[in-house]
Amino acid sequence: MTTAASPGQTDKTARGEKSPRPARVSALRRSWEKHWYAWAMVTPVAVVIAVLVLYPLGYGIYQSLTDANESNVASTIGAFHRPATYRFVGLDNYWHVLSGADSDFYPRLVWTILWTVSCVALQVGLGMGLAVLLNREMRLRGFYRAMLILPWAVPSFIGVFAWRLMLNSQYGVFNEIITAFGLPEQNWLGTPMAQKIAVIMVNVWIGIPFNMVAVLGGLQSIPKELYEAAEMDGASPWQRFVNVTLPGLRPVTNTVILLGCIWTFNMFNVIYLLLGNNTTGDTDILVTFAFRKAFTGISDYAGAATYGIIILALLMAFSTFYRRSTLKSEQA
Amino acid sequence: MTAATHESAAPARSAAQPAPAPQARKVRGREERGLGASLALHGTLILATLIAAFPVAWIFFISLGPKDAWQQPGKVLDDFSLHNYTDVLSHSDLPKWFLNTVIVAGGTTALGVFLAATAGYAVSRMKFPGSRQLMWTFLVTQMFPSIVLIVPLYLLMSDLNLLDNYLGLILAYATTAVPFCAWMMKGYFDTIPKEIDEAGRVDGLTPFGTFWRLIVPLAKPGLAVTAFYSFLTAWGEVAYATQFMQSDHYTLAVGIRTFAQDQRPDWAWTSATAIIITIPAALVFMLVQRSLVSGLTAGGTKS
Repeated sequence: MTTAASPGQTDKTARGEKSPRPARVSALRRSWEKHWYAWAMVTPVAVVIAVLVLYPLGYGIYQSLTDANESNVASTIGAFHRPATYRFVGLDNYWHVLSGADSDFYPRLVWTILWTVSCVALQVGLGMGLAVLLNREMRLRGFYRAMLILPWAVPSFIGVFAWRLMLNSQYGVFNEIITAFGLPEQNWLGTPMAQKIAVIMVNVWIGIPFNMVAVLGGLQSIPKELYEAAEMDGASPWQRFVNVTLPGLRPVTNTVILLGCIWTFNMFNVIYLLLGNNTTGDTDILVTFAFRKAFTGISDYAGAATYGIIILALLMAFSTFYRRSTLKSEQA
Repeated sequence: MTAATHESAAPARSAAQPAPAPQARKVRGREERGLGASLALHGTLILATLIAAFPVAWIFFISLGPKDAWQQPGKVLDDFSLHNYTDVLSHSDLPKWFLNTVIVAGGTTALGVFLAATAGYAVSRMKFPGSRQLMWTFLVTQMFPSIVLIVPLYLLMSDLNLLDNYLGLILAYATTAVPFCAWMMKGYFDTIPKEIDEAGRVDGLTPFGTFWRLIVPLAKPGLAVTAFYSFLTAWGEVAYATQFMQSDHYTLAVGIRTFAQDQRPDWAWTSATAIIITIPAALVFMLVQRSLVSGLTAGGTKS
C-alpha cells in the first residue's frame, strides 16, 4: 500500500541491517516505522473501545462469576461508604441458568427465537415485496416511497407510543378497524397471546422500511441485460424473479437478514415500551427479561450479567455460523 | 456503491406484466402495463401507505383534540385546537428534556465522528497489523445487546459519580456510537478512489495531510450522514437513559413516559409531545436516508 510507506523507510532499513541487532527487534522496528501513521490514527478509537467497551465487558464477565446484587455491591450513601461484600462463585450462575434451574431461561429463549424469526421473515419478505413494486416507472413513486419509509423516520419510541394508543383495549381505534373487517376484537396489551402478536406487528411495522430501501438499492444494481436475456429465453415473470432477482439480491438480503436478526434479538424499545409493566413476563425476550432482572426489585446484577454474556455468546455464534454459510453459498 | 441515487435510470421491469403474448393481441411494449396490473399495483401501494402512515397520522389527530379525545376520537372534530401543544410546552418539563436530549445526542455525535473518522480512514486505506481485529471489534460491538454493558457501566458510573450526569450518558452512548461511526465511515472512505491519496502523496503530503486536506472534504456528505444517524440513535435511546438519569436530566424518551404511564396515561400531552419530538427527527431523517442505507449495507458486504 503506497499510502503507508514512510518516506525514510529505505535508508532506515539499511541502517538497521548494519547494526547487529536481534532479528525480531528490527522486524518490530521496521513494522513500527511502516505503520506508525496507521496506528496513530486508530489510537483514539482503540483507547475508547478498550476503556468503554472491553473493560466494562471484562467487568461484566467477572460479575457474572459472582453473586453481586443490590444489597452487597459497594455503595456510598451520603458520608457512609459500604464496601462490597459479594463473593466469587465460579460458574454457578451459568449452571443455574443453562441447566434450566431458574425456569426462566428456556421459555424466554424459545420465545426470543420465535420472535426474531417471525419478525425478520415478515420484515424482509414484505420489505422485498414493496421494493419490487416500487422499482418501476409509475406515477406518485416518490410519494409512495416517502410515505412508506415514514415508520423508520419516526423515532422508534414514538412509533411504539402511537401503537400503544391505537391498541388500547377499551378505546383503541385498532379494535374498531379490525371489527369493521369482521375480525374479533382482542385485549391487545393484556393477554399473553395477543401481546405477542401485538409486539411482532409493531416491530414489523417499524422494521419494513429499512429492508425495503436496502432491497430497492440492491434491485437497481442488477444489470438490466439479465432480465432482457431471461425474457428472450421465454422466462415467465415468476421465473425471472426466482432466477434473476433473488440471486442478484443475495449480497443485500444476506446482510439485511444478519442485521435484522441481531437488531430484533436485541430489540428493547418495542417490548419494554409497548407493554410497560402490564406484563406477566410472558412476552419478555431475553434482553428485556435481563433488564428487569437488573433494575427492578432487588437488582440482581450477577444474574443480569450472566444473561448478557449468554445473549452475546448466542449472537456471536449465530453470526459466525451465518456468515460462514452465506460465504459458502455466495462462492458456490 | 450501488446506492439508491439513480432513481430515474431505474429499469421499468414489471413482474406483474404478462409474458409477451404471441398472437393477435395488440403488442404491448416492455415498459407498459395493462390497466388491471396498474390498478393492482397502485392499490397495493396505497394500502401499504395507509398502514405505514396511519399510526403517525392518528397520534397527530388525537393531539389536536381535547383531553379525553383518545377515548372519544369524534370530539377532535368539534373541538379542534393546538391547545395541547401550548399546554405541554408551557406547563411541563418538555423544553428542559429537549435541551437535555440535544446536549447528550450532540455530545455523542461529536465524540463519535471526531474519534472515528481517522480510524475509519486508516482501516480503509492502510494494511497494518491489527486492522482486521479492529474491524472485527467494530462489528462485534454492533452485536452487543445493551444489557451486556448496561450493568457494568451503571456500576462504574456510580463509582465515578457520573450517574445522572450528561457526560456519563454520553460516554455510555459512545460505546455504540464510536464503533458504528468508524464502521460507516470506512464504508464511505472506500468509495473515494485511492488515486486521490496517491496524488496527494506524490505532491508531498503526509498520510495525515492527505486525510485532512483531501479526503475529509470529499467525504463530507458521508461524515454528515454518519453524524446525523448517530444523533438520531441517541435521540431515541431508552434503556440507558431510563436507568442513568434522574428527573432533572431526563431525555425526551424517558420524559415522555411520565405522561404515558402504565396506569392512567395522559394521551393528550403524550400525543402532542410525540409530534413535537417527531418533526425535527423525521426531517433530518428524510434528508439523510438515501445515503444511509448504502453505508450500512456496504460495510457489511465488503468486509
